[in-house]
Amino acid sequence: MMQDAGFIVTSYVVTFGSVLLYAWYVLRRGKKATEQLPDDSKPWL
Amino acid sequence: MVHIATGRSTQSTTGTHATRILGIVTLVGVAWLILFGLFLSPADKNQGESVRILYLHAPSAWLAYLAFVVTAAASALYLFRKTHSLAWDRLAGASAEIGVLFMGVTLVVGMLWGRLTWGVFWRWDARLTTTAFLFVTYVGYLAVRRLGGTPEQRARRSGVLALLAVLEIPLVHFSVKLWRGLHQDASVLRPDGEVKLDGLMLFTLFSGIITFTLMYAWLVIHRTRTLTAEDMLDDVGLELALAERRRESIPRTNEENGALLS
Amino acid sequence: MSERSPRDIMSAWWHTTRLIAKRDLLVEWRSRIALNQVFPFAGIVMVMFGFAIDDTRLMERIAPGLIMLATMFSLLILVQRSFAVESEDGALDALRTAGVSSSALFWGKSIAMAAQLAALEALLIVLAILLYGSTIRPSGVVLLIATWLAASWGLATVGTLYGGLAAGARGRETLLPLLLLPVVAPVLIGATRAVEAALGARGSVADGWPWMGLVAVFAAVFCAGGTLAFGPLIDE
Repeated sequence: MMQDAGFIVTSYVVTFGSVLLYAWYVLRRGKKATEQLPDDSKPWL
Repeated sequence: MVHIATGRSTQSTTGTHATRILGIVTLVGVAWLILFGLFLSPADKNQGESVRILYLHAPSAWLAYLAFVVTAAASALYLFRKTHSLAWDRLAGASAEIGVLFMGVTLVVGMLWGRLTWGVFWRWDARLTTTAFLFVTYVGYLAVRRLGGTPEQRARRSGVLALLAVLEIPLVHFSVKLWRGLHQDASVLRPDGEVKLDGLMLFTLFSGIITFTLMYAWLVIHRTRTLTAEDMLDDVGLELALAERRRESIPRTNEENGALLS
Repeated sequence: MSERSPRDIMSAWWHTTRLIAKRDLLVEWRSRIALNQVFPFAGIVMVMFGFAIDDTRLMERIAPGLIMLATMFSLLILVQRSFAVESEDGALDALRTAGVSSSALFWGKSIAMAAQLAALEALLIVLAILLYGSTIRPSGVVLLIATWLAASWGLATVGTLYGGLAAGARGRETLLPLLLLPVVAPVLIGATRAVEAALGARGSVADGWPWMGLVAVFAAVFCAGGTLAFGPLIDE
């Protein structure tokens, strides 16, 4: 049962950890690209 | 005349008011899912605590499939519409990247769950094998997107590849199903891991799906915007390089002019 | 302007296709690269399986799988070769600029590739008989031939298609195995089971026919898909 806990917690850590890491990567890359572009050429603004 | 975009950049992220709200709601959803998944929902009669992993594994798989469907649809929209709008291509690429992420998570978490439930990390059944196949296929798709060339070349190559994947996947799935049908697995204990969920457990699973969908939406919006910005920068870079070349071909002083003419 | 009848268009198409197939086969015949390099490679792979597995009875049972694996690895080299020929003098671009239909190109190259694959697989079957002690059941001969043809055509079309994308250009060749090997999984699964039945390694001949059917379906799907997709893939 205690072993189970290890697997279960690892699953949650792996899942949300990877998603958070990827989100951070996307935001950082997005920042780098958008700060070099003028506001009027950004279609989402 | 070469027009190089001028103007200031005051908003230096891919975020907008809407995505910030989406992000907050998503984080709330994550907290909610952890709360219910790890603590508030009960253990399963047969599977025990390991069912808690399913609240991650199943939504993650479904979102990966959704992401790949979006990639295929966006690829078709790029290829078959006369406008060939690159916006579709960027959506396809962003969605595929996220799909690969979720698929990877699905496989890893699935292996952990399998270890608990069946005692083995892997089983050569149709679903798992097709999942692994899907993962490798889209890793290949992402590699093709990085081959270089113009955005149009990238869009066409990867678009065709995405549609070919739509052809292959049922073929592979069917082949593996036929293949594994030969081997009647004698594991009477836990057939396929299909668990009957009801009440709070079903609610938790449902929350999982919603949370993961929110995560997908937030990620795909930001990733697509980043790709858009990067493509624009490439264009600007090209224009700047061309302008430089043109400037270099103009003689700088009259002396040079005279030297050239004599 | 004279109107071209559908028959004229079809025969022009076939003419082009045959020309391309003949060209590829002629290039191979003159250089003998497949014969001198790829076939020996396949042979070496079969021998290396023997070193690695080292169990005579086991090897006879898994011989069909080893034959198909050696075929898959050789396919990668054959596809690279097929497109290296094109990119060396910009031949592919020249053909396209001259207005050669992409579907004729696809079929021509696939036919040439299928012929080479068929020869390769025949060699591998002979090697399996010699090295692994395989035998061909009389009742399985038709199944073996049918599988041999279907697998050659299926692998040739899928190889030509993905080769158009990934082969022949610097920086792209390493992508070919990653893209191609997963896709040919149905052929690996189906052809192996069918050949197992034909050689008597496992199952009855009747069991083997559905597997050959799977390979045939695969071949049909990629034949059609490749005809449509080849053009967009090579047009850059």
